[in-house]
Amino acid sequence: MLALISLNAKSGPNFITMFQNLPIPFLILSFLTILSSLYVVTSKNPVHSVLALIFTFFTISAHYVLLNAQFLAVVNLIVYAGAIMVLFLFVLMLLNLSKETEPVKSNWWGIAAAITAGSMLLIVTAAFQVTGEAVAKNPVEGIGLVKALGKVLFTRFVVPFELTGILFLAAMVGAVLLGKREKNNAVLIPKEEGGNS
Amino acid sequence: MNLLSIFNQVEISHYIYLSTVLFSIGLFGVLFRRNAIILLMCIELMLNAVNLLFTAFSTYMGDADGQIFVFFIMVVAAAEAAVGLAILVLVYRNTRKTDVSFLDQLKG
Repeated sequence: MLALISLNAKSGPNFITMFQNLPIPFLILSFLTILSSLYVVTSKNPVHSVLALIFTFFTISAHYVLLNAQFLAVVNLIVYAGAIMVLFLFVLMLLNLSKETEPVKSNWWGIAAAITAGSMLLIVTAAFQVTGEAVAKNPVEGIGLVKALGKVLFTRFVVPFELTGILFLAAMVGAVLLGKREKNNAVLIPKEEGGNS
Repeated sequence: MNLLSIFNQVEISHYIYLSTVLFSIGLFGVLFRRNAIILLMCIELMLNAVNLLFTAFSTYMGDADGQIFVFFIMVVAAAEAAVGLAILVLVYRNTRKTDVSFLDQLKG
């Protein structure tokens, strides 16, 4: 572990020069992505968190465009920013949680979480620095377009694709079943707000 | 053609660092926050970090399989969000809060 840390520290001067040759759009996009994802985690208001997460998904879609994955960029916008986040926002508004209702955690908990996440970051980075660049650049034209992806999806991955349908069916049945109201629902907390949601 | 000829300027290592930072932020959120909705959102963030890395490797190696995997991850994330939010609504209906620390009262 110490060896990994010292290896990380040794590449310190490299770390600064690493950013100099990067194209500006990539730098701006990465900065915005990290900033907005930090805001997702730290924001007190859950609605602000949802909006920041939508913005994060937009920037990740822009990364996909930079990476020549046009189909994934569009699907990411439609599925994540369009469907999943609207679902989150809808539940948030439905449960009326838009105000700050979260109790404050103790500082120790935050420190422990920061240490855990930071050591995760450190270990992955250090492990990558040990293994180094193992990926040969082999760009292929039009790999992210619908035609190329559809060919792969419906030939080699056709069985997982069909299983996806079963998964969706199960998820749909589960969500409907969970959301259905039972008749005499035992309420753990005696209702003082009146009304049953 | 490449939009910015990104292969000449951005290495795969930059995407690895970016994805690791995003994943760590999501991990921090899952450990730190108590609101179950924010927890689910942080899980989505971690999934997106993995998606970005899959796409980067797929593009750099010229292999479309990684992007198909991203497609499947999106499908699983959608199903997970639907079922997770349904459970969340159920928990809220029973306990009037979405605090996950309250859920240690669950009995099997």
